[in-house]
Amino acid sequence: MTDPILQVRGLRVAFGDAEPVVRDVSFDLTPGRVLALVGESGSGKSVSAMSVLGLLPPQARVTGSARFRGEELVGAPVEELRQVRGAGIGVVFQEPMNSFTPVLSIGTQIAEAVRAHPTTLDRAGVSARVDELLRSAGIADPARIRKAFPHELSGGQLQRAMIAMALAGDPVALIADEPTTALDVTVQAGILDLLRNLCRDRGLAVLLITHDMGVVADVADEVLVMRRGDPVEHGSVVDLFARPQAEYTRALLAAVPALEVRPASASDGASAETRAERPDSRPTSRATSSSASVADDAGRASRPVVARLRDVGVRYSRRGDPTVSGIDLELHAGETLGLVGESGSGKTTIGRALAGLVPVVEGTVDVDGQDLRTARGRRLRDIRKRVGIVFQDPASSLNPRQSIGWSIAEPLLVHEPSADRPARVRELLEAVQLDPSWAERFPHQLSGGQRQRVAVARALALRPALLIADEPTSALDVTVQAAVLDLLRDLQDEFGFGCLLVSHDLAVVRQLADRVAVLHHGRIVEHGTTQAVLDDPQEDYTRMLLAAAPVADPARQAERRRAWREWEGVVA
Amino acid sequence: MTANVVDRPVRPTPGSGTGFRAVVGRIRRDRWAVTAAVVIAVFVVVALAAPLIARISGQDPYGYNVGALNDFGAPRGSLGGMSAEHWFGVEPLTGRDLFAIVTYGARTSLGIGLAATVFSLVIGVLVGVTTGFFGGWYDRVLSRVVDVMFGFPSLVFMIALTAIVPTSFPKPVLVVLVIGFFGWPAVARVIRGQTLSLRERNYVVASTAMGAGRWHVIRTQLLPNLAATITVYATISIPSMIGAEAALSFLAVGVTPPTPSWGRSIGDAVGWVQTDPMYLVFPGAALFLVTLAFNVLGDALRDALDPRGGSR
Repeated sequence: MTDPILQVRGLRVAFGDAEPVVRDVSFDLTPGRVLALVGESGSGKSVSAMSVLGLLPPQARVTGSARFRGEELVGAPVEELRQVRGAGIGVVFQEPMNSFTPVLSIGTQIAEAVRAHPTTLDRAGVSARVDELLRSAGIADPARIRKAFPHELSGGQLQRAMIAMALAGDPVALIADEPTTALDVTVQAGILDLLRNLCRDRGLAVLLITHDMGVVADVADEVLVMRRGDPVEHGSVVDLFARPQAEYTRALLAAVPALEVRPASASDGASAETRAERPDSRPTSRATSSSASVADDAGRASRPVVARLRDVGVRYSRRGDPTVSGIDLELHAGETLGLVGESGSGKTTIGRALAGLVPVVEGTVDVDGQDLRTARGRRLRDIRKRVGIVFQDPASSLNPRQSIGWSIAEPLLVHEPSADRPARVRELLEAVQLDPSWAERFPHQLSGGQRQRVAVARALALRPALLIADEPTSALDVTVQAAVLDLLRDLQDEFGFGCLLVSHDLAVVRQLADRVAVLHHGRIVEHGTTQAVLDDPQEDYTRMLLAAAPVADPARQAERRRAWREWEGVVA
Repeated sequence: MTANVVDRPVRPTPGSGTGFRAVVGRIRRDRWAVTAAVVIAVFVVVALAAPLIARISGQDPYGYNVGALNDFGAPRGSLGGMSAEHWFGVEPLTGRDLFAIVTYGARTSLGIGLAATVFSLVIGVLVGVTTGFFGGWYDRVLSRVVDVMFGFPSLVFMIALTAIVPTSFPKPVLVVLVIGFFGWPAVARVIRGQTLSLRERNYVVASTAMGAGRWHVIRTQLLPNLAATITVYATISIPSMIGAEAALSFLAVGVTPPTPSWGRSIGDAVGWVQTDPMYLVFPGAALFLVTLAFNVLGDALRDALDPRGGSR
């Protein structure tokens, strides 16, 4: 085994006089190996990585030691750090869309990175080097990408170009800060493949910052788990997933929703534990208990239909193809329908069509027995009364200038002015397991998960027949996600609403949905019970989508990766 | 079951946020803003208490004191005739007390400035919010109207309008209407832009999706979030309104004499600047101080209302 190239020891970071946000973090980066820094938001993983390169705001105080090829980086002068940035350690950021200047072509920007460090190359040489870099980042036609501007490329292409740029200075180490979080799973699989190959073939040392245990299982060799600034557990990826030592690691792994049906014999202590804690609730995964789901099916068909879409098409612009078309869906009370697909597949559009927020140009939309498409004014408002929505981004779903009690009571204010609002707000806050005295608080005093609970409470204030949950947990940490999903399930038992769950995460859908519809380019490609679609997919696209999603198990993930490569070839 | 949620209470960071107290706190830490606020307060008090102050100084802005003038109509004595009796000296040709003119002038300037600002804000906010939120042909038509208003030679129009309106119409009201009328397009455009971005926020969409009417959304979701912008815009637009009134009075189409007005005094004083420079200095300084103070305060408010700022 080669010697580590970057040794970090006892790293502490504090902002101003506040409590340190990173305490005593130590790790090594070794050429040809991937170290994953895992933790939830606020755990200090990005701060730790950026402090190594001196990329923190000036009020940050960094102590400890970070030796890169024997040279101390903590407290080093800017000139010295500049030599290391790019040429020694390259960086890839989370949002490829915001990482490039929109006014310059990709080629120009990568060429700039090539020239940032002393080079003997002439014009033609630089351009050849840019092509070479793009090719090594897995881009097949560098000539086209080089001339393109950022808005002309997809997220995946941009992230590859970003990686090419990070490689421009021939770094020996690469810091990738959530490189695939903003990308679709199918694109993510490709980027992770690229990172793995760069690491193996070029002997790069990779520091991968992520919150996704599936990504860790997919590419990492070693893992450092962090929690609120403290290192919790450090070890090889196989050991950590098979025998997690720290309680927090176990909790983190248990919170990851399972994508695959686990064989009953599998020794999954953590997951069994969570089940034991909640004896009153239904099994974690509905689809796993097959006998129950068959019985459920019969009962469900007799329940009233809360939403019915017939051959629905939605079109935003006057020209071009409709965003979605030919959508046929039916949703019964007490049932959850999962809508999955990649970004741009039209899942959110369908959710909004059910709330009458987007122009439906063809077909019929019935909500609770009323035709939504022709409804205007008073009648539309009455239909909307029967629909609750939970949005993806908890940061913008509550009015920052109103107290959360007001926000929850707003539907009552609109539709039932005579209701006893404070009492109802108390009930609703209790229903979403928040302290009723919090009604006076404002959204900025709440965490993301708490805000999402408030959004759920608001959506349920009028006891709607239909709840549209548009990526309700994708902005949340995995442990918070598990709690919110549990909450949604419990509330559905209590309130009996039909739920349209829009999500890109197949594991979330498996946990919550009774039936699943898979969308691709605005059309439903597969539709059936969760069990049928996710365990025995009939369409190539569904299979590819399933294969691309990483699972939190290194051994299984290695198999899945091979399967994905095959399916990717088939679909492409 | 609430335990799992409450285990990490998130407290508001002191000094952040855009609540009234936080903003006042940040303003108080800004020395320039405090000075500006004090200057504005002094002018407001002077304007309100003008008759009282005039009684203390024993002068009123309408009484002629020909005795204080020499044979050429210029004030007797040095510095424009400053004395224990006439604190700022007297006006040439008439001998009226300049201190009284400046204090009563504050009423005209601040009164017209505030009224015109309120007038333009009401129309501007109404048009801006509705065009931004409703969209469609209503937005297209009114946005073109705003464009036309922007391209209009407003000063020429103001002069023409004040000249042709019958003299029986109260002049201060006319000036307020004319200045305010040309002030609203700028407000409308700023507010419309803000509304367009607010309209896409989830909480606004959520309000619509729960079946709330348009006016409910505007009243409860949009306006509270526009309040900061409106406050800052008001503070910054008051001085330009005061300036516009002064400009009209300077051009002799503002308030009718003998109502004291800084603008008209400045206009008159230009002809006397060689013989009696102090006649220009006092009304000029008053106008300069009050516009500067409003601008400084507006600037500080903008910084204080931006929760991301504060590290200045």
